[in-house]
Amino acid sequence: MTTKSKTGHWTQSTPLYLDYQATTPTDPRVVDAMMPYWTDKFGNPHSRNHHYGWEAEDAVEKARESVASLIGANPKEIIFTSGATESNNLAIKGVARFYGDKKNHIITCVTEHKCVLETCRYLEHDGFDVTYLHVKENGLIDLDELKAAITDKTAIVSIMAVNNEIGVIQPLKEIGAICREAGVFFHTDAAQATGKIPLDVNEMNIDLMSISGHKFYGPMGIGALFVRRKPRVRLVPIIHGGGQERGMRSGTLPTPLVVGLGVAAEIAAKEMTAEAERLHGLRKRMLDGLQSRLPEIYVNGDLENRIPGNLNISFAYVEGEGLMMGIKELAVSSGSACTSASLEPSYVLRALGVEEEMAHTSLRLGLGRFTTEEEVDYAVERIASEVTRLREMSPLWDMAQAGIDIKSIKWAEH
Amino acid sequence: MAYSKELIDHYENPRNVGSMDESENNIGTGLVGAPACGDVMKLQIKVGADGIIEDAKFKTFGCGSAIASSSLVTEWVKGKTLDEAATIKNTDIAQELALPPVKIHCSVLAEDAIKAAVSDYKEKTGKKGNAAAE
Repeated sequence: MTTKSKTGHWTQSTPLYLDYQATTPTDPRVVDAMMPYWTDKFGNPHSRNHHYGWEAEDAVEKARESVASLIGANPKEIIFTSGATESNNLAIKGVARFYGDKKNHIITCVTEHKCVLETCRYLEHDGFDVTYLHVKENGLIDLDELKAAITDKTAIVSIMAVNNEIGVIQPLKEIGAICREAGVFFHTDAAQATGKIPLDVNEMNIDLMSISGHKFYGPMGIGALFVRRKPRVRLVPIIHGGGQERGMRSGTLPTPLVVGLGVAAEIAAKEMTAEAERLHGLRKRMLDGLQSRLPEIYVNGDLENRIPGNLNISFAYVEGEGLMMGIKELAVSSGSACTSASLEPSYVLRALGVEEEMAHTSLRLGLGRFTTEEEVDYAVERIASEVTRLREMSPLWDMAQAGIDIKSIKWAEH
Repeated sequence: MAYSKELIDHYENPRNVGSMDESENNIGTGLVGAPACGDVMKLQIKVGADGIIEDAKFKTFGCGSAIASSSLVTEWVKGKTLDEAATIKNTDIAQELALPPVKIHCSVLAEDAIKAAVSDYKEKTGKKGNAAAE
């Protein structure tokens, strides 16, 4: 967390954290709840014949109820995993392997997280057909395109609830209705949505849902997969062993992490509404502040259908990574990829139709539970002054001011 | 990624930011890179009657390494002849700023910018020299 010195400036050793979509700090209440399970209550929850095992098992089952309750599921439908990457792998590979003989088609979307896209690519090598739906300019899928893509060979539709870069919320209820009517399983990667927006697996007709602990103030290394019982979804497991988690995910459950996930879910259920309202206010303050100080900045992705803690902005004519170096007092993320060998900017922004040159100028600003109004004001001031400084140094800004269209210039792409 | 003191200094206190009148005969302008790749450098040199580079200015759209590389080369080219300036190598720039491997392209671009500015000046003045590069 950031600390302020007496002069009102954040100390350089602890930059202001504005990257809540990358991870969130574990809530101290979560840590407190976890503590006894490392030392005193250290039993193996699968030990059925003594106090230590029973104690751990009780804690695990209580956490299962909390997680289930947050998404309107039955506790028996919650499988604990190591995180959303594993959950996504298990959901998609598991369904594909179980139903693959008869149904070998998967539908997903181009802006999904890499762990969904790479899982689908892997299955393509194994002979599955995958349809990658495009997104509209606002980052949302076209429901008619989804309907048209479903065939009698489609086993599963996997569409993320909330995008990790631009924070947009896909129309889950509508997607669920389409899938249910077509008799196709609907999986959603809800890593960025859980605890941020209300989710109800029955109302939304969701059959599988991936959850990550550290994205909503729980610990890293723990996640969950919701697997519907009625109508029943069957999976071929990825990890084989002692048959824990109804045989779908073998391995001893990490009791402290599971307890942490459960408490994170309880806190989210209680505080989500108030927190969302507060974050809406902070985001508006940040965007208004930046827009009042800077011309030619553009929000990427739909601003209405979006979690309140996310902003993704292109600061035209200023390269994102150069900007990040100038605002080192802030911990943020960029859609630019100047460090990658390919030099290709964010595939998510490109999928929205954001031009490459604009994708290179983007920053992702993530607000969360511990962000304050004062911090937002400080961030606005730092970003606005640095963008101004770098624009004065930018040949593209000069050209734009002189009325030259940078697209009219024949650039030598390197 | 940890950047060198030299690089951070050039990024935070860039030397010779600015523009000179392109239409002047004694000014050579190089514009290299592409917005789609995330790097554009504009380097300008002002050449005296004796063929020595009197002044240099730059403007750069890019990451910190690109800005620092352009700032550095504006310092280096001053006081050099055109042929001397055109011998500045990207490896010298990369070494001076301790650029990490993923940032080597920034130094390549800075070398290209010098060559482009020299070549522009020579074309303008009709002095096609052997050091002129594409």
